[in-house]
Amino acid sequence: MTAKTLYDKIWNDHLVLAEDDGSALIYIDRQLIHEVTSPQAFEGLRLSGRKPWRRSANLAVPDHNVPTTDRQAGISDPISRLQVETLDRNCAEFGITEFAMSDIRQGVVHVMGPEQGATLPGMTIVCGDSHTSTHGAFGALAFGIGTSEVEHVLATQCLVQRKAKNMRVAVEGTLQPGLTAKDVILAIIGRLGTAGGTGYTIEFTGSVIRDLSMEGRMTVCNMAIEAGARAGLIAVDATTVNYLTNRPFAPKGALWDQAVAAWAHLHSDDGAHFDAEVEIRAEDIRPQVTWGTSPEMVLPIDGRVPDPNAEADATRRAGIQRALDYMGLKPGTPLTDVAVDKVFIGSCTNGRIEDLRAAAAVVQGRQRASNVRLALVVPGSGLVKEQAEREGLDRIFREAGFEWREPGCSMCLAMNADRLEPGERCASTSNRNFEGRQGYGGRTHLVSPAMAAAAAVHGHFVDITRL
Amino acid sequence: MKAFTRITARVAPLDRANIDTDAIIPKQFLKSIQRAGFGPYLFDEWRYLDHGEPGMDCTDRPLNPEFVLNQPLFAEARILLTRENFGCGSSREHAPWALEDFGIRAIIAPSFADIFYNNCFKNGILPIVLDAKTVDELFTLAGSGHDLTIDLELQTIATQDGRVIPFEIDASRKHRLLHGLDDIALTLQHRAQIEAYEARRRSAAPWLFPDTVPT
Repeated sequence: MTAKTLYDKIWNDHLVLAEDDGSALIYIDRQLIHEVTSPQAFEGLRLSGRKPWRRSANLAVPDHNVPTTDRQAGISDPISRLQVETLDRNCAEFGITEFAMSDIRQGVVHVMGPEQGATLPGMTIVCGDSHTSTHGAFGALAFGIGTSEVEHVLATQCLVQRKAKNMRVAVEGTLQPGLTAKDVILAIIGRLGTAGGTGYTIEFTGSVIRDLSMEGRMTVCNMAIEAGARAGLIAVDATTVNYLTNRPFAPKGALWDQAVAAWAHLHSDDGAHFDAEVEIRAEDIRPQVTWGTSPEMVLPIDGRVPDPNAEADATRRAGIQRALDYMGLKPGTPLTDVAVDKVFIGSCTNGRIEDLRAAAAVVQGRQRASNVRLALVVPGSGLVKEQAEREGLDRIFREAGFEWREPGCSMCLAMNADRLEPGERCASTSNRNFEGRQGYGGRTHLVSPAMAAAAAVHGHFVDITRL
Repeated sequence: MKAFTRITARVAPLDRANIDTDAIIPKQFLKSIQRAGFGPYLFDEWRYLDHGEPGMDCTDRPLNPEFVLNQPLFAEARILLTRENFGCGSSREHAPWALEDFGIRAIIAPSFADIFYNNCFKNGILPIVLDAKTVDELFTLAGSGHDLTIDLELQTIATQDGRVIPFEIDASRKHRLLHGLDDIALTLQHRAQIEAYEARRRSAAPWLFPDTVPT
């Protein structure tokens, strides 16, 4: 038998039908659903008189539009409210399990799924959201799809796909203290570029990845899409199995034992062929800060804002200049001199308990800087919030002048009321620094939770390793 | 699904790399539960000088004269010419919905983001990948106002001065787009195979088919 990659194995396990032209029908084990990319899919089902193929394969939660302030009052924006109510109605009509806004289990879909054990190794998982790559941390093939495909999966439990190529990104060595999974993935994106992974499934390997917690692994896979790869993958090991033990949707008893035994093959075989390989030394990674309007526009905290005139390629030079104009930055400025107006800690990238602990450790005993108007902490789910409150993290944040909010996507993409005003600069633990992403005219710098917390208490970016 | 066979139309040069789906259709418009009506908000932050909100009447909004689709030469453009990695970012199908609603039927670029590329075919939009040099040459032509003829059956782009540029597309996508086929109906023709797969899988990995799930 030829050696296979982890991706090859999961792909083969889900092949329903292979066509001569290279396209294939693959079976989908789990579909996660949220309010933004599903209404037209349910409407499509209704118009064609179709029913969900397997209702129990779907799990829904509202997250993008939900308010992070007091929920008793409901959603004040009528358009947002209608979208969330439409999800409630569609789930009721089609018999799909939903954790509604008032449910303690509600949260960002990519935090909720793993937390519930609805994400399991070896599964194929889709969601109408590009950050579905997150679930690859569990050795599951997980990727974002459009609304037409959401409808397709609802109706057929399958998708027509072409197999991607295999890429391995190995991160070997030992991270400096204070460095996190976020710095690792930002450094990887800086190396690959925002389209470097296009057409690939990236498997992340190496000692640094193996030593990460599941939360850290999710942060890494979450941003595979920011390097262009629809799916990221990490092999299953004891860390994966321990995380899933006794989760509500995880199998129990004899089924659990059978599943764990089957998951043992969910790694790439020795000698498996990768179409592309990249190795990164952990010792070379410094705390990362993005300076531009694409996640690939990233530098170590010791760096300076780049000079477009140093770029030979005309399209790239124009891109750098446009990014600096939008971001209001001058070439040569040390990143540690860049002051921030707002700080956002949360999202499907960094809204998990470990992220909040890392941020709270920096904040403890300090105060939000006077130039920072708002430091927002938005837990990834109701259960993360509950856990953080048990540990007293909410008090640490509140006493430092941070706001402690209800769970949701919040200012990662500013579909709810949490947003930047034009020209405001934000240290954000989210995943995208595109123009307008956090609010019209808003300026986003992507960083780790510890770096965001440090920026909040110092008023500008600081090197977390020197605190 | 809408079919695509052959069009002759003006091409608009949008000279930026890495155009993301937040730029194509900003998030505030994603609150709609409809599939239509996104065209007026296509490239909202670049196209208008004010801040757009859903439901806004766009006829009196101040236009950004610098933006290519606002220039009279490109007002009737149905083909978009752009740079690397077009459509990167989120999976929102609202991006091709907005392009289609605006009237864009084909996009030419050196590369596309995977999810966006896939979403185009679901909406009758033909994304065409050409090498960077050919794209450069088309940019030179397009700047002064140029019509292209795109023929999906022949897999060619013809310029007004008689140049014919071939392009690649996989056979099944081409077939579906040419005939505007319903993907779900096609997949359901394989119902028996899907059921057989499910039965095999259920016995090999029964934990994936639990009798009850938490509510």
